[in-house]
Amino acid sequence: MVVELFLDLLSQPCRALFIFAKKNNIPFEFKHVELIKGQHLSEEFGKVNVLKKVPALKDGTFTLAESIAILLYLSRKFNTPDHWYPSDLRKRARVDEYLSWQHTAIREKGCRIFFTKVLMPLAVGQPFSPDKLEEAVKEMNFTLVQFEEKFLQDKPFIVGSEISLADLVAIVELMQPVASGCDIFADRPKLAAWRSRVEEAVGKELFQEAHKQVLNAKSLGSMQLSSELKEHLKQILKP
Amino acid sequence: MALELYLDLISPPCRAVYIFAKKNNICFEFKPVELFKDSILGRKIVAASLMEQAILGQQHTEEFAKVNILKKVPVLKDGVFTLAESTAILLYLSRKYNTPDHWYSSDLQKRARVDEYLSWHHNSFRRIAPKTLWIKVLIPLFTGQAAPPEKLQEVIDELAASLVQFEEKFLQDKPFIMGSEISLADLMAVVELMQPVGVGCHIFADRPKLAAWRSRVEEAVGKELFQEAHEQILNIKELSSIEVEPKLKELLAPTLMKMLK
Repeated sequence: MVVELFLDLLSQPCRALFIFAKKNNIPFEFKHVELIKGQHLSEEFGKVNVLKKVPALKDGTFTLAESIAILLYLSRKFNTPDHWYPSDLRKRARVDEYLSWQHTAIREKGCRIFFTKVLMPLAVGQPFSPDKLEEAVKEMNFTLVQFEEKFLQDKPFIVGSEISLADLVAIVELMQPVASGCDIFADRPKLAAWRSRVEEAVGKELFQEAHKQVLNAKSLGSMQLSSELKEHLKQILKP
Repeated sequence: MALELYLDLISPPCRAVYIFAKKNNICFEFKPVELFKDSILGRKIVAASLMEQAILGQQHTEEFAKVNILKKVPVLKDGVFTLAESTAILLYLSRKYNTPDHWYSSDLQKRARVDEYLSWHHNSFRRIAPKTLWIKVLIPLFTGQAAPPEKLQEVIDELAASLVQFEEKFLQDKPFIMGSEISLADLMAVVELMQPVGVGCHIFADRPKLAAWRSRVEEAVGKELFQEAHEQILNIKELSSIEVEPKLKELLAPTLMKMLK
């Protein structure tokens, strides 16, 4: 029985998984959970992940939530090349360090930009708040300084000379502001160079494929959110 | 050169690292970092590592208002190798010192469960529980005013929702998150949940299943060690009587006001 991955490529962590599985030729069944239709909130999906979030994995009777956990599970089960999660104690620690830090840093700030500029307007039927966006961008800028100074520095990738799970998780999150129309790579040459390297390491075609949906600005702006989702968003986003 | 752990036991992730190292007889040099005392008394902002110093640099007085000082610890220093993030530190220690399997099971699926918890933890307990300390102790201390009671209720409600998810998804009817033995997941969870307890939010009071789990975790870790690690947070109200420099109050005001939003 093949591993099932419950994904929506609008979601950053889903893209990380999609890219990782494809890049490593891990056979899987793509189970599309359409976020804008609120399919993740269904009782049926709740049986796969009671937290009602994507991504989720189902391997026989074993279900697993949280993209980091799923990435690590796949890397172990399918024995992926060492550079993704180095067996060297200290290099591995560096990947762990990034994967931990990013939750409340890059991931949080990137989500905030996307919510403010794209999702919230769709949920409430009003244009986005420029003040809120400015604040979100400011926070992202501060986080990017930390990213460049502490994690990337002058190295080709976060953990030295090869791509790892850290770079993969970082890049998909940083594409969310880009998809929202905030090109954070524009005036950051070092970051842009790192992005190119990551795209190259992953494979440009695969990278494009994973990001096709979210980068389609026109279709993004005209998404029809289900009413259940709108209500749900209004609750959690607290405008 | 001995392993160094830069810790302030007021911080939950520091307690997790402290308890884990002590319980597993890992030799380390305790490098105390007094987050609040130093900032309250206007002493130099302690940068826990060279990395942190580089980031804080000369703008630390400006940046201080933006930097969440709770994120500066714990830090590990092993020779020239420095490492931040409690999860990363715990995993590093468990590997380097070959700690008993139950902490981070070698079984593929069990290990995935611990990873799952450690990931979920960031945006739930780790994000919400510390707010109780800010609202009940630190904000009054730094601004001289009590935080509005609605704010505390908001945080308590948020935490309650997380606790429901925790019991439904992670703990269920098992003795520990992973089943019959304590793991890194239980350790990270329990230290975070002691934060509200320290400031008088008795989240275990009307949750018998959770309270029973907490007892088991205390027992598994060792009651004495658990008490030792939690002595400061359980006496945190003492902090309320310290005089804060007016200049510092001014500096922190914008950040603190943001927290109340």
